[in-house]
Amino acid sequence: MLKKISSLPFKGTPEQEAQLKEVIAKHKDDPGAVMPVLQEAQDIYGYLPLEVQTMIAEGLDVPIDEVYGVATFYSQFALSPKGEYNISVCLGTACYVKGSGNVLNKLSEELGIEAEECTEDGKFSLTACRCIGACGLAPVMTVNDDVYGRLTVDEIPGILKKYKGA
Amino acid sequence: MYRSNVLVCGGTGCTSSHSLLIAEKLKEELKAKGLDKEVNVITTGCFGLCALGPIMVVYPEGSFYSMVKVEDVPEIVEEHLNKGRIVTRLLYQETVEEDTIKSLNKTAFYEKQKRVALRNCGVIDPEKIDDYIANDGYAALGKVLTEMTPEEVIQTMLDSGLRGRGGAGFPTGLKWKFARGNDADQKYVCCNADEGDPGAFMDRSVLEGDPHVVLEAMAIAGYAIGASQGYIYVRAEYPIAVKRLQIAIDQAHEYGLLGEDIFGTGFNFDIKIRLGAGAFVCGEETALMTSIEGKRGEPRPRPPFPAVKGLYQKPTTLNNVETYANIPQIILKGADWFASMGTEKSKGTKVFALGGKINHTGLVEVPMGTTLRTIIEEIGGGIPGGKKFKAAQTGGPSGGCIPAEHLDIEIDYDNLLAIGSMMGSGGLIVMDETDCMVDIAKFFLEFTVDESCGKCTPCRIGTKRLLEMLEKITKGQGTLEMIDEMEQLCYYIKANSLCGLGQTAPNPVLSTLRYFKDEYIAHVVDKKCPAGVCKDLLEYTIDREKCIGCGMCSRKCPVGAITVTDYVAPGKKKPAYEIDHSKCIKCGACFDTCKFKAIYKG
Repeated sequence: MLKKISSLPFKGTPEQEAQLKEVIAKHKDDPGAVMPVLQEAQDIYGYLPLEVQTMIAEGLDVPIDEVYGVATFYSQFALSPKGEYNISVCLGTACYVKGSGNVLNKLSEELGIEAEECTEDGKFSLTACRCIGACGLAPVMTVNDDVYGRLTVDEIPGILKKYKGA
Repeated sequence: MYRSNVLVCGGTGCTSSHSLLIAEKLKEELKAKGLDKEVNVITTGCFGLCALGPIMVVYPEGSFYSMVKVEDVPEIVEEHLNKGRIVTRLLYQETVEEDTIKSLNKTAFYEKQKRVALRNCGVIDPEKIDDYIANDGYAALGKVLTEMTPEEVIQTMLDSGLRGRGGAGFPTGLKWKFARGNDADQKYVCCNADEGDPGAFMDRSVLEGDPHVVLEAMAIAGYAIGASQGYIYVRAEYPIAVKRLQIAIDQAHEYGLLGEDIFGTGFNFDIKIRLGAGAFVCGEETALMTSIEGKRGEPRPRPPFPAVKGLYQKPTTLNNVETYANIPQIILKGADWFASMGTEKSKGTKVFALGGKINHTGLVEVPMGTTLRTIIEEIGGGIPGGKKFKAAQTGGPSGGCIPAEHLDIEIDYDNLLAIGSMMGSGGLIVMDETDCMVDIAKFFLEFTVDESCGKCTPCRIGTKRLLEMLEKITKGQGTLEMIDEMEQLCYYIKANSLCGLGQTAPNPVLSTLRYFKDEYIAHVVDKKCPAGVCKDLLEYTIDREKCIGCGMCSRKCPVGAITVTDYVAPGKKKPAYEIDHSKCIKCGACFDTCKFKAIYKG
């Protein structure tokens, strides 16, 4: 899977770094620690810039290429930041046959960004995700933790409006 | 003791439409009315009928409320739980028969089902170990540890005929026997809960609705093969499942059902959770183990098989969630009981996640050997909108499309393979006449191209080339020779790929070529998409005899491709419109707008 690597400057805080160090210390002696540490690091920073990967490599005493290799292998690890509202459109088979492809196109058109991108103001990012298992509600999309099911293309502008004003 | 029990579905489908808020509101209303000591609210796992979510069932009456909204809660509390008058308008209408209300088990959706793996889903509170124990939970582990030798456990598994529910259908007992036969200082038991097939959600429902059954079965496997450590590899996309698994593990520890000296027998077994991070290939057994080791989840060549060198190079047995969910009952009820269900070579039941163009989207569990027709037409309630059935897709990106001519085939591992599909983990997507089979093949290839790990060339480059050819065909740039080349490439990829992902990736193409070759030919020869899906081959045209000249389509057209002509059809007052095909972007806005069905696509 192709990864978009962010060119935005890294804005980590000392508090975040302290949290990360704690996570590293907790897992340091576990076999196979790289993945759990990357997962928790992403919870702290929201994504995994090179700076964070370097800290993890040094902290766990593994080569940076191994950390980078793992971070780029799995689709859940993001190398660019997400928007304030991250919109995920399910492209599982059940959603796809019910038109989630059109939902994604409409969002892309309304927001002026492609999937895996973030709007310039940092408000919205768009992701095409794998089946989230809510096939009974197909087609489904999520905006952060809000789930929208049985969607039609016409509902998209109205839904976006709710978040644009917020 | 409570006089009423209200079960609210807490599966992912229903929680997505706010069932947890409904449960909260219920508790709040009951408390306000002073009924909270009389009526118990239980959040359960998935009931299966996801299409009707959020679902609520009130016992002892067994009233099945569907598509409940938070606003409906006060009425249910006041009318039903306080005054004893069932709110008929909110009931699942199929359970209402004139003056009486039918039992849920008598409805078309449930009547033909047989629940073994899902027996506790929608019945118990998955966050309470006592609920599980009250339903014979951990009795099988007790029986195994105190009355059976590991060899006897393995023999029971072999006799039952249980085969792996993850897709390939390898006999579970045989897997355990191999792992038992290899001596090592440490062995592992793993659970594959990395349910990656798009459209499949049965493993998630078991984990959410009955997490203890997986823990119990893993401990039984540990005893059988001689392992003391287990790992559950679960998708991070399933947060509710992960949370309930962790609660279950903690509770089992507290009760001494995991950890050291279980049941005072000296048997030690513990389980850790490992989260996946969104890589489909990690559902392949060797890739999954590499991922638990914290590395890129790339598969390894086999042999050596995991029973010899698995996780951390130690003998390992890996089973799927649904496989585990069957095991405690096989131990308690016996191998003969299990083997009495199903077909000659596929025993027991199978859970299917029914989705796509079907009325009753949801989870169904049926004995092996049930026909596809029964599942789709009777249990699934047929296809919405009176559309015609075209194909059923099983096995996800590794499987194939089954056409109408095979609807009466008895579903089991071998029959599905014989018709060019596979059981897979149990996703079953129904497609109707408006789905283009070339487009579906392209959809799955996009998926495998994305998910190919890149380690071996046949899969990495082969699937990419296949996708390119499919893209050309859907754009009307294909040739008949291309179809033949594509077929050859499919067999090459199947024969030469390293792991199951590549070996099965061409299946969607091969099966659609086998049953729907006419659609491929229509794309390359006639340059038409019969289902009207492939945009590049689509043309919208206005039937000038039907057009009344209202001009709605022209106003809706985003690119101004529709203009008025000077032709007035007989019997019409205004001149007809026409579409300039050189400007048309094929968005379909005019087609959706025209109330007079004067615009057709093709």
